[in-house]
Parts: sequence; C-alpha cells; structure tokens
Amino acid sequence: MEIRELIQLLEDTGEIELENVDIFAEELELFMSAAEAAKPAEYRELEYERPLEEYPGEVPVVKFGNTKGEGGTRSHSLYVGGEKTMPFYRFEHENPYKPVIAFDVFDMKIGLAKPVKVHYKEVMEDPAEWAKLCVNKFGADMVTIHLISTDPLIKDTPVSEAVKTVEEVLQAVKVPIIIGGSGNPDKDPEVLEKAAEVAEGERVMLNSASMNLDYKRVAQAAMDHGHVVLSWTQLDINDQKTLNRHLFDMGVQKEDMLIDPTTAALGYGLEYSFSMMERMRLAALKGDKDLQCPIASGTTNAWGAREAWMKEAPTEGETWGDRMKRGPLWEAVSALTLGLAGCNLFMMMCPTSVQLFREMVTQLSEDQETKPAAAWLAGGV
Amino acid sequence: MKKLGPLDIYRHLPKTNCGECGEKTCMAFASQLIERALTLKDCPYLKGKNMEALVKMTAPAVRQVIFGSQSPVKIGGEDVLYRHELTYFNETAIAIDVNDQMGEEELLTRVKYVTDFNHERIGQELTLQAIAVKNTSQNPDIFAECVKKVAENTDKALIYCSFLPESLQAALQVSNDTPLLYAATKETWEQVGNLALEYNCPVVAFADNNLAELKSVVAALQSMGLTHIAVDPGTHPENLSATLNDFVQIRRTSMREDETLNCPIIGIPGAASDPMEEVMAASMMIDRFADLIIFNNIDMFGVLPVITLRQNIYTDPRRPVAVEAGLRTFGEPTKESPLFATTNFALTYYTVASDIESSALNCYLLVFDTEGLGVEASVAGGQLDAYKAKEAMDTAKVAEVVNHTKIIIPGMAARISGELEHLSGWEVMVGPKDSSGIPEFIEKRWEQN
Repeated sequence: MEIRELIQLLEDTGEIELENVDIFAEELELFMSAAEAAKPAEYRELEYERPLEEYPGEVPVVKFGNTKGEGGTRSHSLYVGGEKTMPFYRFEHENPYKPVIAFDVFDMKIGLAKPVKVHYKEVMEDPAEWAKLCVNKFGADMVTIHLISTDPLIKDTPVSEAVKTVEEVLQAVKVPIIIGGSGNPDKDPEVLEKAAEVAEGERVMLNSASMNLDYKRVAQAAMDHGHVVLSWTQLDINDQKTLNRHLFDMGVQKEDMLIDPTTAALGYGLEYSFSMMERMRLAALKGDKDLQCPIASGTTNAWGAREAWMKEAPTEGETWGDRMKRGPLWEAVSALTLGLAGCNLFMMMCPTSVQLFREMVTQLSEDQETKPAAAWLAGGV
Repeated sequence: MKKLGPLDIYRHLPKTNCGECGEKTCMAFASQLIERALTLKDCPYLKGKNMEALVKMTAPAVRQVIFGSQSPVKIGGEDVLYRHELTYFNETAIAIDVNDQMGEEELLTRVKYVTDFNHERIGQELTLQAIAVKNTSQNPDIFAECVKKVAENTDKALIYCSFLPESLQAALQVSNDTPLLYAATKETWEQVGNLALEYNCPVVAFADNNLAELKSVVAALQSMGLTHIAVDPGTHPENLSATLNDFVQIRRTSMREDETLNCPIIGIPGAASDPMEEVMAASMMIDRFADLIIFNNIDMFGVLPVITLRQNIYTDPRRPVAVEAGLRTFGEPTKESPLFATTNFALTYYTVASDIESSALNCYLLVFDTEGLGVEASVAGGQLDAYKAKEAMDTAKVAEVVNHTKIIIPGMAARISGELEHLSGWEVMVGPKDSSGIPEFIEKRWEQN
C-alpha cells in the first residue's frame, strides 16, 4: 500500500490498533489529529473536588482578661488563636475565634487626624474617660493604654504616676486591657514591670518585649504576674523567630504570647507586613513552633500615610476626595488586608474604620443569606 | 508553571551559550526563565519540538487572558498562590462600570474618567484598565448603541456585560475591539461560545457560587475549542464569605495543575450598594487572587485606597527593601543648598525623592543606612540614632559638600535632634513629619533663616 493511500485511510480514523507489529526505529513521531476536537461540543455536569490542605500545625489559643473567679476584675475573657487554616478559609475549616479589636488610648493629649479626633476631642485629657468612651460608645473588645508620657524626651512621667493611670483604666472599663510603654527602650522595662505588678491577676498584655530593650525584664514581669506578652520585631521573620525562641527559653508559655512583626501603612509598605504575616501564619500551620503564635498589629499606623491624614492632595489641581471617608478607609483596608494574612488582634483608633472592618469580619466568618449574584446586571440606572 | 529547576529547562535549550538573550550561558537563561525575567522569545534559536516542550513546561499555573486590542489588558498568568512564594505578575485590572440606561452626560463623564485616569504615586503611574458596559436595559439594540458610543470615546479595553447572547451579538456587530464577553452560563454557553469563536474574543464563564457548575461551563466552552476563558463565581456583597471561599478554591485548584479551572478570576465589588463597602469588597478581592474587578464608585476617596492597595500587593517582593545609603543630589545644588536626611527604606526614600523632584528643589539628601526601615520604625528600633546619623554625615563628608552647618532631619526623627547637635556641632533642623511639607518648610524655615 502506498503511503499516500494509508494517509488517506487514516484521515477519518479516530483510533488505530496495531497488532503483531514490530517497529524498528531510533525515533518515532506520530502526529494524530486531536480526537477531542472531533467530538461535538457539549455540556457535561462535572464534579468539583475541593482542594483541601492538611496542616500539621495549629496556632495556640491565648486568653485575655481574668474574671472575678479567676483572680481578676474583668467582666469577661477574650480569646484569639486556635487557627487550623488560613483566615476565613471556611471551606476547609472553621477557625474558632474572630479577630479582636483593641482601641488605642493615650495617657496624654496627642495629635490626631481630623476623622479620628472628632470622636475623642472631649476625652483626650482623661485616659479613663477615653477608655470608657471606646467601650461604651464604640464597642471596643479591648483597650490599650499607651503610657507615652513616661518617655524622658516627652514628659518623663514617673513610673509611680503612670501606673496610677493603669489602675484608673482598669477601674473605668471591665474589658481586658493591653498596657503599652512609650517606646523608650531604657524606661519601658521599668514601666511595664510596675504596670504588670499593679495589674496582677487581670491577665493584661504587655506591649512589648523587643530586641532593642531588656526584653527579659518585660517577659519576666508577664510571667510573674500572669500576663500575656507581645513579642515585637521589625519586618524580619528571622528576628521574630530568634526573639520568640529566647522568650520560650525563658519559660514563656505558648498560651501567653502574641507576635507583632510591625504594621506598615497602606501605600507605605503594607505589602511587607502582609507577606510577613502570611509567611508567619503559613509557617505556623506547617508546624514551625517558633512562629506558632497569634499575631497582633498596630493598625493605627495606617494614619501615618499622607493619604489618610491629609485634608487634600498636596499637589494643586488634584483631589483625593472626602477625607472623612478616605481616612477611615485607609485604616480599615489596612486591617482587612492584615486580617486576611493571619492577624488576630488589631490595635485601632478610628471608630468608622473599626465598623467597616467589623462588618467584613462578620460577613467573612458567619453564614449570611445569599442573593443571586446575577442581579448586578439586572438593576436599572 | 510547575516546580521546575533550571536543569529541566536547560535540556531543551541550544546549549551554545551564544549570549544573544543577554545572559552569558544557557543555564543562566534557564534561571531567568523560571524567574520570568526573560521569556522564550528572548532565545532566537528555540524552535520546533524544544520550543513546544518549553511552552508547555513554562505555561503559568493560571492561564493568561488578554482583551482589548488598542489597549490590551492582561489578566491571570499567575504562578503562585501567595506573593512571597515568587511574585504576582499581572496586577488586578480595574474596570469601571457604565450601563445602557445612563444619560449620555453621565455615561461620557465616566468613560472620560477611565480614559484619562492617571495617578502618579511613588514614581509609578497608576491607571484604570477597562470599561464594563452593563446591559441593564435587557434590550440588544439599546445595548449595541451604548457600546458603540463608549467605543467611540475611548481606547480602553471593554467588557460587554449581558446574560442575553443576543445583546452580546448586537454589540459585537457594531464594535469589536476584542472585548471580554461576559458571560456564558450553563444555559447560554453554546450561543456565547459561538460568538467568542466567531468574533475571536475571550469569554467569561459564570456560575453563581457553584464551582462544579462553573467548571462544567468552562469545560463546555473548552469543548468548542475556546481557550481564552476567565471565570466569575459570583460576587455576593451581602455574603462575601461565599465569594472569598470560591476565589480561594479556584486559585488553589489552578495551582494543582488543573486544566479546566486554571482561569483568571473576576470579582464585582461594584455590586455593593454602599461605596465604602465597595472599597472593602474590592480590597478583599485584591488581597485574595482577583485578576479583574469591576468597580462602580469613581470618587477618589474610594478609588485611591483600591489602586494603592493594588500597587502594594503587586510590588515584586524580590525587589530590595533598601536603597543604597549615602549622599544624593537633586537638581543642581550649590554649597549653599539645603541638606536633607532620610532613611534607606525604599518607600521612604522614593517618597521623599519624588516630593523633592516635584518641587524642583536644588538640594542634597543624605540617606542613612537604617537597614531598610522607615523613619519612625528605625528611631523606635534604634537603627537610627544620633551616633549613626553623625557617622553617616562624616562618611559622606557633608562638611566639604556644603559651606553651612545645617542638616534637616525628618520630623519623625525629632527625638534624635538634641543629641545630634551635641555630637556633630551642626544645627539640626527638624523638618516636616511628611515630606510633602518640604516646599513649605523651605519657604518658611530655610529661606527666612
């Protein structure tokens, strides 16, 4: 048979079966017209297999706040952690706790952007009233009292006076609290040590233990008085692992620690914080014990972005839109982004931002009634 | 792309080390191919079976779909689930919607908005990519007329949005700049698929929160010979959990070398009724794998956070965090010109640099080595203190560069000013907290001085 005839014969063939054939060749190339293309187009009901992952690790649960029966005076406790999958991946696993929002309160009047200031201007001289407002009016889960006036370069408030503020805040509100220093590495250990002492039994979080100060004193104070400690580093996963290891070696229990890899604002490095948290959480799920901690964020840093605080674009002729919406969105988008990456605890400031973020969290962690998605094309003008 | 080593690729290369691709060796070319810094086209000698094999091997996990001929928009083409695993390649395209029941003035205003949009941010020009025309009238003729008007007034890529195949057809008959056809469903896949074939357009498969059905629609389109397919699993502004979980599952499925659902994902935050909620929904989608979003609100308070987030998430994480420390000049400074200082965190540096450039100032900028941290963070963390600042001034020999003894440090570093004055003997001026205040600072503080 001529090759030409053979080819003609093969043209309408869907399948060839060779029997008792030996082929001697160094290389054999068969070009077949794709049988698929010849099939008529059709719709078949296919199955979809959920792409599940099995993670060997999980994030420990950390508790904030002790009630009366537990030696404290908080009205209730709060929990973060317990994740077995990435945040809000509900097809895979229902993580047990929603993100917690702590409102920032300062022990002195500070400069704030207008969209934030409008909410606090009446209470900025009184941290206890400020804390109350956050809880009673804005529904704060927690309150952070930042003792910034203790900084020798600011007011150098004596430690004895600073801890009185802590006591006042503990009196004023019954939610679990966080105690922050001024960021002065020389003074913070002493401030946090004394604060831990006066808050004995309340199970607060000390903010923070970091490489640039005597973190051992801070961690020891947390251990001695039954508090949680925040391990803070600056956008470096290896630093975070190292510091965590030091703290664990000292005897800090995994149920008593959170990590904060630093929050950069939307537009000013948010992606570093996002990827840092994502890497840390994935590492935790994959079993890296050094990073198995709930994550915290100083989300208020979002207000450092000029697009958040500025009244209008600095370039003439350009507009950035209504600052009373733009600013709050800046903080809320930062929170949501980090929440998706794995952050559990958000230190925030603007009530509007908190509300926007909370609505997203509710949607992402609860079942809601679903309307037809196709409706987006049905609506008129 | 599957997990490949350079050797897997090298096997199919000419192995001549000719250097025409710009790399010294074929092995180096292979590494660059994996990083997607170079493409197969950069090797002039690749052809035949080796080319075919490499095309298949290096195909991205998520297929790339391109729409629009005059201003092509690339969506998909991603290779990793999380950006730190490599990088994301094609940033989420943003389309603004219009509909065929809008008054002409509003329609044209929105079209012009998208066409002219250009926001410069830290050295990059941020733009909007497309216009989604909605057939809310449900009438093919009205839709076609609207599409024609939009097409005449923009060179941006278009998305034709209708669940009625006859509307899509009517629009294609009046204008075809390779729009993205939205959408083929379980009911309409064959009609819409035929339009996609006839007019050679990419097409969107839609199924509402039902991934088995979505996969079936894509497979049906594929059975017609179509390959340029994107997917919309449905946006639920009242139940974003459904949307998020669908997005995540689709993208994870892509990463498992699935040949059906490895499609770019479309989200529609514009379905939200409140503009603030729309921004939140859009942000969620940008953070979680959306390749194209259709947005409604064109007020800058909403657009700005969205394009900024996209710029952040789509920044290549392999790009260094820090710029080189040392002294830079801007414009043509003289010995009398001001001397500023900032950190070597790339974002801080570029922000300051672009503020100086846009104010056309002649000056010096001393970049401190703060290990890639911003001003506030490095002052808090001790990477920037008076001693380190003094050392940097000495290293850069600033005393020889200017004939005054004034240095302007960032407002956020005010804390170190006293000690730095003491150490250096220079007058340390505390500059604005935000570099956008530099022109005003120069006018009010420097020139009066």
